[in-house]
Amino acid sequence: MRDSINSLRHDRRVRQSLLLALPVLVILAWTVAWPNVSVIRGSFEHGLGYWKEFANSPSDREALFTSLWISVLSVFGSMLIGVPLALLMGRVDFPGRRLLAAVATLPAALPPLVGVVAFLFLYGESGFVTRIVQRIIGADDPPWTFNGISAIVFVHAYTMYVYVYLFVMAGLERVDSSLEEAAAGLGYSRWGRLRKVTLPLLTPALAGSMLLVFMSSLGSFSAPYVFGGGLRVLSTQIVTSKLNGAMGVAYVETTVLAVSAVAALLLLRYFERRRNYVAVGKGTRARTVVTSPLVRRLAPFLAGLVVLILVLPHLTVLLVALAKEGTWTDQLFPPVYTLDNFRKLAAEPQLWTPVKNSVLMAIIATAANVVVCFLAAYLVVMRKFPGRRILELLLAMPWAIPATAIAIGLASTFNRNDIASGRVLLIGTFWILPLAYFIRGVPLVASAVESSLRQLDASLEDAARGLGASWLRIMWRVILPAVRPGLAAGALLAAVTAVGEFVASVVLYTNRNRPISIEILAQIRALSMGTAAAYSVLLIGLVLIITAVARTLELRSAESGGVISSN
Amino acid sequence: MSETPRLALDRLARRYDTGGGVDDVSLEVAPGELLALVGASGSGKTTTLRLVAGYEKPDSGRLRLNGTSIEKLPAEKRGFGMVFQHYALFPHLSVVQNVAFGLEARGVKKAERLRQAEAALSGVGLADKAGRPVQALSGGEQQRVALARALVISPPVLLLDEPLSNLDPTLRRSTRDELRAMLRRQGVTALFVTHDQEDAFAVADRVAFLHNGRLLQVGAPESLYDAPASRAVADFIGHASLMPAEFDGTHATLMRANQSVTVRAVAPAGLKGAALAVLRPEALCLNRAGANAPEGWHGRVLTRRFLGGTSAYHVNLADGFELEVLSDDRTFNDGDAVVVSVARTPVPLVAG
Repeated sequence: MRDSINSLRHDRRVRQSLLLALPVLVILAWTVAWPNVSVIRGSFEHGLGYWKEFANSPSDREALFTSLWISVLSVFGSMLIGVPLALLMGRVDFPGRRLLAAVATLPAALPPLVGVVAFLFLYGESGFVTRIVQRIIGADDPPWTFNGISAIVFVHAYTMYVYVYLFVMAGLERVDSSLEEAAAGLGYSRWGRLRKVTLPLLTPALAGSMLLVFMSSLGSFSAPYVFGGGLRVLSTQIVTSKLNGAMGVAYVETTVLAVSAVAALLLLRYFERRRNYVAVGKGTRARTVVTSPLVRRLAPFLAGLVVLILVLPHLTVLLVALAKEGTWTDQLFPPVYTLDNFRKLAAEPQLWTPVKNSVLMAIIATAANVVVCFLAAYLVVMRKFPGRRILELLLAMPWAIPATAIAIGLASTFNRNDIASGRVLLIGTFWILPLAYFIRGVPLVASAVESSLRQLDASLEDAARGLGASWLRIMWRVILPAVRPGLAAGALLAAVTAVGEFVASVVLYTNRNRPISIEILAQIRALSMGTAAAYSVLLIGLVLIITAVARTLELRSAESGGVISSN
Repeated sequence: MSETPRLALDRLARRYDTGGGVDDVSLEVAPGELLALVGASGSGKTTTLRLVAGYEKPDSGRLRLNGTSIEKLPAEKRGFGMVFQHYALFPHLSVVQNVAFGLEARGVKKAERLRQAEAALSGVGLADKAGRPVQALSGGEQQRVALARALVISPPVLLLDEPLSNLDPTLRRSTRDELRAMLRRQGVTALFVTHDQEDAFAVADRVAFLHNGRLLQVGAPESLYDAPASRAVADFIGHASLMPAEFDGTHATLMRANQSVTVRAVAPAGLKGAALAVLRPEALCLNRAGANAPEGWHGRVLTRRFLGGTSAYHVNLADGFELEVLSDDRTFNDGDAVVVSVARTPVPLVAG
């Protein structure tokens, strides 16, 4: 031990790393970790009082169990869609495959509130699909009511199957195809190979994606908020408690929610480490080509149907945005098409301000993400210093902690000026939302930069030093150019998330920084569906453009980190 | 050595909490000399190289370049070019930009550094690849770019970390001959690390053998082979069967299979009495058992491995001791009764 302290003291590199890490650690500890501490501290303000209140409240117990139950159901729903789709896409070649591949991840690209709105338009009581089914079966009443647990699980499965799909696809690519060939040579049928070889090898990927879905459902806010009806779940219960002024109980609820999510994250990390045992195969993996003429003829139609179902939410929002406000009542398609809803957005300053706000706040948050996360990722990957593990944890934390919990943490920390306890008054100011967006962007940017850095030959920096380059020159000429695609991709993803952010915004927004998502909600409440949809189309457009750019960049930087945010 | 050594390592030590590292390594490299650091993985050879380069700080000991202490200097101030095992070429820079990188750090004007970089590339036979991205090059070409990049800054000592280990066997043989010729031509002083004794023998003037973080022997390749200083050296360098022996100062008596053979022997200073004889396969001779057989140990052929010009025989002596013998005669078969004699003396001895 003395040995290591001794060598630390002597090593300039470690000293320099610490000097660099210190400001990064302070910023992240203050914005990411400290709010959680004050939430937990707040929950114990009256000893165990708030916790007892929580434990004895029937509505809180109901909320906790409903949250867990919804999460379990969402995991099963997502697996049901994600696993077969991934096996089909990964292992079989059929007509229509490429089209399906292009849209398979689309549902995850819906901005959180917009997605939910789209489902309302589609499957709600007067929804598009509901009306078609009603007409087909000739019923007087809608065939279903779209609310409660089933609606929430439906929305979750529809959007979160993408995690399962992506994990299993990635897992399939890692499975050495010669293992399956070996099993075939030993006499295993296609089904036997799947059961005995492929699926066991995919276990870590499956477990990882299941946890991810579980975590996301647990923190999900928009779907329960819109479709919950009288249903209580933890994330919405937190906001209710806060609105009722019961901050103590809100802190307890937040703590419970955050701790469950972090536990899931730790499990997920464990499985990700185990994922490495899957051997990397050589060469490309051949997909089985479907030869049956009947299947070949049917396949494009089936693929087309699935594609249609996947793009329906986007199409519906577009349709509603193009319909003349108030004219689309019980017809199958809007009777009158117009661009009025978009014109209104641009023309009325009151409606345009949220767009400006969201874009400005996203730019500010992302700029801060770029600087802090680049340095942090560099330190985590390229340097060794005491505190590296803590930095790593701080970078991942906002990913696990549900946005509602982040928002409550900020609300409890930045509510007054008290520098001694790390408090600055930001609540009620413009800056609280950029701060929230910054925190939510940290894991996105950091993981993108980290994965770029990990692809670098570890001796590049040594090589540059050996050639006489100073630290600044190395950063500027070697590290930055090498990670630029990853950095740009991560920053764009963070910007997308920030522009459409809803969950933290709904807790923290003020009149001065009203973002798009809040305005969408207000328009829905005022039953101006056209305006709400026009905002949504604007958001979806932004998201699609930015994701497309980000994906090209990520492709250029080889393997992607592939983190998509939802809620 | 009469002249000032170019590079001197003086009782250099670096230990890791997790184990490994080096202890008490002292070594001198003369100007223009090519010196190989050899040893098994974990022996400390790469640590030694990184200490010299300045990527690691020694716990104790000194490091002198042309007589001046440099252990306090950071890597970027030492100016050693280094060729990395995986080359560490900058992936976003072209071939010529990679080579010019060190000159850029030295503030050399653009036109001049491009001229020098191109000259360095011609030196390694890659003048026509200057504008290419580095990924477009083959492994052997990348290795030469890394070499040119390190040489262009005129390092006082060139450091190479396993420079040949990433090449396939055929390319490796031709590359190492080329490497030696190139370094000789340019009069470079070089320290290079390898776990492969053939590479070391082919390229280096002298070989330093490291084992468990300690320097066990330094010398010409022949001296390590013919007069290993210890059992670890004899085990690692070349093949050998180690047979217990009694040494009286000039001769060793080897007692096996009821047959005592006395041969002329050499041993490290101070060794007397019980020792181990280092029997190289080519220093032994295989004879058919019978009246005409010379003095030797009786045994049977276990296996024969055909090597082309020669054959390697595994012989099981009557008392179970196994020997490997190299012979031009390929007519022995498995199970043949044979007598193994010593064909070349003096036999090297090491402490048991």
